[in-house]
This record gives sequence, structure tokens and C-alpha cells, in this order.
Amino acid sequence: MSDPLQPPLKKNPQKRTVSPTRPPEGRSRAALGLTAAAAEGRFALQCCAECGAVQYPPRDACSTCLSTELPWRDVSPKGTLIADTFIRATTSLYFRDRLPWRTGTVQLDLGPSVICHVHGDCEKGARVVLLNRLDRAGQGVLIATPEKRTPNMQDDPQLRAMSSDPNYRRVLITDARTPNAPALAKALRTAGAAHVFVGEGETWRPYPERAALESLGVEFLPLDVTDTSSVNRMAAEYGSKVDILINNARFLRPGGVLARGDTGFARDEIEVNYLGLMRLAQAFGPAMCARTGDGVNSAVAWVNILAATSLSNSPEMGCFSASQSAARALSQSLRGEFRSAGLRVMNTYVGPTEDDWHQPLPPPKVTANALARDVIKGLTDGLEDVYCGDVAKDMADKYRRDPKVLERELTMGGEA
Amino acid sequence: MTSPLANLASALASGEIEVIDLTHTLDPDFPVIVLPPEFGQCARFRMEEISAYDHRGPAWKWHNISMSEHTGTHFDAPSHWVSGRDLPQSAVDEIPVERFVGPVVVIDCSAQSAEDPDFLLRPEHITAWEGEHGPIPPDAWVLMRTDWSKKSGAAYLNMHDDGPHSPGPTPEAIRFLIEQRAIRGFGTETVGTDAGQGMHLSPPYPAHFLLHGAGKYGLQCLHGLDRLPPTGAVLMAAPLKIRNGTGSPLRVLAMIEKDTA
Repeated sequence: MSDPLQPPLKKNPQKRTVSPTRPPEGRSRAALGLTAAAAEGRFALQCCAECGAVQYPPRDACSTCLSTELPWRDVSPKGTLIADTFIRATTSLYFRDRLPWRTGTVQLDLGPSVICHVHGDCEKGARVVLLNRLDRAGQGVLIATPEKRTPNMQDDPQLRAMSSDPNYRRVLITDARTPNAPALAKALRTAGAAHVFVGEGETWRPYPERAALESLGVEFLPLDVTDTSSVNRMAAEYGSKVDILINNARFLRPGGVLARGDTGFARDEIEVNYLGLMRLAQAFGPAMCARTGDGVNSAVAWVNILAATSLSNSPEMGCFSASQSAARALSQSLRGEFRSAGLRVMNTYVGPTEDDWHQPLPPPKVTANALARDVIKGLTDGLEDVYCGDVAKDMADKYRRDPKVLERELTMGGEA
Repeated sequence: MTSPLANLASALASGEIEVIDLTHTLDPDFPVIVLPPEFGQCARFRMEEISAYDHRGPAWKWHNISMSEHTGTHFDAPSHWVSGRDLPQSAVDEIPVERFVGPVVVIDCSAQSAEDPDFLLRPEHITAWEGEHGPIPPDAWVLMRTDWSKKSGAAYLNMHDDGPHSPGPTPEAIRFLIEQRAIRGFGTETVGTDAGQGMHLSPPYPAHFLLHGAGKYGLQCLHGLDRLPPTGAVLMAAPLKIRNGTGSPLRVLAMIEKDTA
């Protein structure tokens, strides 16, 4: 078993905050396939299209037949830990702060042997499951974990360093008025979040979620993502206490370009969905980036909740989807800008949600509880991309296969 | 003999005539009217820095601001409502400027409004007021004092599941003021010239429908009408000159004789 994580002590005001460091980032282009799979929590290796040989480490030509057709496929992560050691000295600034660090060799059932990180609960010679996780540099790395869950397994320091686990962390949910806010707050509480802040705009206007949020013991902060002064004020006061930020603020009205005939709602969509994200990032981003090395409750993740139609537009929600695409594009820039600090940007893509604006749409629709569950799982697994619900998963599959086919399917002329 | 303006200037200088401000501060968090979400919405006041003596402009600070014509303390022109859409001089840029300065009377409904947030002003309230203060002069602004401007936060709109609850006029009161008293306009301390539940009166939103249909003006979100005397003050309410504008945020000022409020 792993030692259970202890609640962090109050910060010593006389000590300098630990500066962010990160593990080595350099990879070949071929090796980035591992990162792409880790971003979604998949274990994938290159498999030769001609002879079928499974490859590790990633390469440009098959180790058996020299074919250059090496597509990444999801494969079995099971194997045996055949050797292990502790690294006790290193010149890497990131690992120096975290020694000793356990590594080992795993013989995969599929053939290749893999040098990887090793969870503290793995016995030498025992069966293990390899996880493909993003490290703090945002690159895919492999860590051997026990085949069966062990007590407090997620608290192993090496595994936790590759996650965005909410346990003992303080979380800001940016918009109390979005119907999913209570479900998110509740799931975070269950996942061990030390404190949940909820941003609340326009307190002069009542809303139904207030009572549920109050019963969950969250702390309300005046925050309106469309109001720069309110965002800056909150970041100035609470920016250093936010370890995970979940931006659930959303403005949505149905309709494509011609259905509306004006730019009124589109402006609101851009103000909330795109500029709101930008304001939050400009205000909270620097403080969070400065605290990614700050111990048990270090700043760890930035979560965006985006419509799956940000991948490819659906004209029934055409203008809204365009604002979501803009937010998605911005999130990619943020990934690059947060990268050197090791702050992870996790995008959660949702299909139609169970709310007033999707009421005329047929099921399946994503409930707030399902969304909250996937957000927590994504954080725990340290993901960058989460697809929530069947519609989002299906769209992501099609997007990966052929974006043009997906676009054509979503833009039929109205004849079924 | 000195000119009237010279008299005014000296009375202002001596403090015999005071200028008071009846305007709320334009603030991002000031309430605006809330409509069902499928309708277009009134934009909140927003302010973005262009520069603040920094790399974006080293020696100067300035902002871009955005809002609706109907955000904060604001003026309603006749073209704001469907009933006034075809009237001449119905947009803020067309209204003759002399209409922006004129006499004002204040009907105190603060006691009734404190008791009943849905208080409605009726003609008999107006005639009772006239019994005390004399007839409303023609072409005057009539302001309904409710002390609603002292409320803030959720108490201001007083929004419930069945809509907002705040005082306002009955259709009969507005008709009386237009037809019997030939007023210039009607103003309130609440978010609109109509009562919070005004959509359930007939016609719906009677102050908007009847006033603007008759070419009269509206003022709303006024601040501190308790500082105005019932009669004898002069109101200055000039909206921005917006082409085809249906209204405008503005600074509403009043001149009062010292110690008359």
C-alpha cells in the first residue's frame, strides 16, 4: 500500500515558493504518438502494418521488417516487472527535488521490454499494468502499476506527479449559474478537494442552483467572466489559492448565421465563451503557473468545458459552436503558454447537455453528473482531452478519421 | 436690472440654488432589466482599459466602454416602444433640445412602496397630491418617488419565479397624466417606468406603451428622489445624441432652491 497523502501544512511565509521545473521534454516526432494517446488516457504502441510486430520505443521503421507503416494502436498494457532500481542522484532539476525515483524494466506480454517509471506498490517479478500518462512536461511516459488496485494507490508520489488529482487541492468553478455547477462541486468534494470556490456574477438576479451550492458548503466569490475588473479583482485576492480552475461559464443560444439575423447573441457568446476564457487566463494564469511546484496542493490543472461541436460546426448551434471553436483554439495557445510551468490544460468536450437550450433535441444528452464524473476522472488520470458522452466520443472518432466527412455529415441540407 | 441668467448664475454661486445629481454610477454590476432568455438582452455596462500609463500608452489612461441605450440611469425616447415608432421626433437625436430642461414635480409614494412592493400609482393618488401641492404644471416631468434607489443587490429587481416586483403606475394614472395634465415625461427610481409586474396590466407595460405612444419621454433608474422638493425644481436630462437612438444613459441633474427638499 502507499502512504496516504497528508493534508498540506499552511504555507511558511518566510520560504520562497518552489520554482516550477519539469522533466525532459525532447521527443522525436514518432514518439509524440505516445503523448497523443496519453492525452486521452489510452495505452497505444506502434504496430507494424505489414508484419504486425509491436514496437517500443517509438521509431520510424519496423524493428522486424523495416516497414515505415507504423500506425499507433491501442494494445494490452500488461506485463511483468523484471527489474527495478531507485535513482538517487541526478542532474535533472525536476527529479532532484523528487528523489529517490523508482524506475524499472517491464516485459510486455506483447513482446517489447520497456524502461519505465515504477509505482511504489509494484513487487519485483510481479504482474503489472503499464499506464501511459502525461508527465509535467506534457509528454507521454509509461509507469508500471500493480495489476490489482492497492490501498491509497493514487497517493504514490510518482503517480500523483503525473495526475491532476483534486485530492487536497483547492478548486475554482467559474460560474455558479451554469446548471452543472452543483454536480461539479459535489464531485470535487467527493474526490477530496480541500476547498471549492464558485464564481457568482449578477448577484442581483436569483438562480435555481444557489440553494444546492449552499448545501455543499462552497465559498461564493463575486466573479463575472465578462467583466474584466471583477476577474482581475478575484485573481488578485484568490489567484494564489486556486490549484485547479474549472471554467464552466457558457453562453448558448440556438441558431446558425441566417437563423439569427444579427450579431447580438454571437457577441455574448464570444464575450463569455472566448473572451471570458482569455480574461480568466490573463488574470489567474500567471499566479497558477508560479505555483506548479508548490507541494501537495500545487497548482496543477486548467479545465475548459467545451461543446463537442467545437471540433466541427453543427448549424443548429452554429454561432455558439463557432465561439466554442474559438475557445478551443485559444486553449491550444494556453497549452503552449502554460507548458513551461507544467500547468495542464484539460479540455472536456461534451455532446448536447441536459438543459433548457437542448430541450428540443432528442437523447442521448449528457447529464451534469456524467460531466462531473468525467471531469474528475480526467483530472485523476491527468488527461488533456476528455470526450464526455456518446455524441462527443463519436464525433471525436470521426474527427480523427476524416474531418471532412464529419463536416459533411454535420452540414446536411435539412433532408433526412 | 440684471438678466435672468445673471440672476441664476449668482444664485448658483451663492448656493441659493443647488445642483443635485439624480444619477446612479455606471457600474458593471448595476442591475438591468431581465427579459425571457430567448429574447435579446440589455447589455450590462462594461469597461476595458485601452492603456493606463503603461506600455500600451505611456502618458495616458483611457477606457473603451460598452452598454445598452437602456443601461443604468437612462432616458427613453418615444421610438423605444412600438406605439411611438412612427411619431415625428421620436429618436434621441431628433428631440428638440429645449425638451431636455424643464419643470419637475415629485409624487412621494415611498411609504406605500415600503409596505407593498407591487404598489400601483392611481389617478386618485395624483389628485390627492395636487390637493396638497397644487396642480401639476403643463409640460412638466412627473417623477414617482419610491425610495427604490436606496435598495441594492437582489432587492432592487426583487425578482421571483413570477417575475420582478417593484412599484409603478397604473394605465389610468398614465392616461390621466397625458390627457389631463399634458406632462412632458414620467420618471421612476426603479429599473423601468413600469411596475415590476407591469406586463400583466392592460395594455402590458402601460407606461411605456401610453407615454411613448403620446410622444412623451421616460426616465428610469433615477437616484435619490427624496432630495427633490415636490414642486419648484428644474430638471436637466439630455440624452446622448445617438442617430436613431431609442434612449441613452445620461447624467440627470436638478436645480433646487436651497432647503426646499
